[in-house]
Amino acid sequence: MIIMDYAIYFTFACFGAAVMMCLWRIITADGVGTRVLALDTMVINTIALMVLYGLLLGTEIFFEAAMIIAMLGFVSTVAYARFMLRGNIIE
Amino acid sequence: MTEFWEIVIAFFLIISGIFGFVGSFGMIKLKDPMSRLHAPTKATTLGVGGVLIASILHSLALEHRLSLHELLITLFLFLTAPVTALFIAKWHIHRHETPDSLPNAGEDGKWATHAVQTDEEIPDHTAT
Repeated sequence: MIIMDYAIYFTFACFGAAVMMCLWRIITADGVGTRVLALDTMVINTIALMVLYGLLLGTEIFFEAAMIIAMLGFVSTVAYARFMLRGNIIE
Repeated sequence: MTEFWEIVIAFFLIISGIFGFVGSFGMIKLKDPMSRLHAPTKATTLGVGGVLIASILHSLALEHRLSLHELLITLFLFLTAPVTALFIAKWHIHRHETPDSLPNAGEDGKWATHAVQTDEEIPDHTAT
């Protein structure tokens, strides 16, 4: 179990650093598109973090939460993109 | 046998961690907004896919039961990441490009984002 635990901690560190870099890009973005892209990347990284936490604890309850976050992230990104393209979301 | 599967799972986890890290590092490393589109949509999707493969192998090899709803998340991400990338690229064409600054669109004349019909060109269907 030692090898897998260390691998899980390493992957936690990688995705945690990834979330921090996306946060940095959201703060210092040069346009709306980059900001939306960074938010979408952050959602994907969060899904990976939740699945990893479920793997570490050995429970399955995080998969449903990860699924819901994936759907919400997609819907919110599409809503942002439509707002940037058309000026409103539901015509 | 258990150690072998643990090493395989650790391999997938480390690969996915590196991919996720590289994908988000591209967000702050690349200068051009459209170059930045590479980073999250490819590498981070592969990163999450690696974590989910590791999770499937963990439940299959170490807990001896088949759990496939990780595949749902993978399928969903593989379907939605190109759609998101397409929307953001369309936004970039809409805001920052003119029909003259893009390459030739061939027989259609204009790219689809610029070929939106204006109000005068829309045919009137109210009479029929």
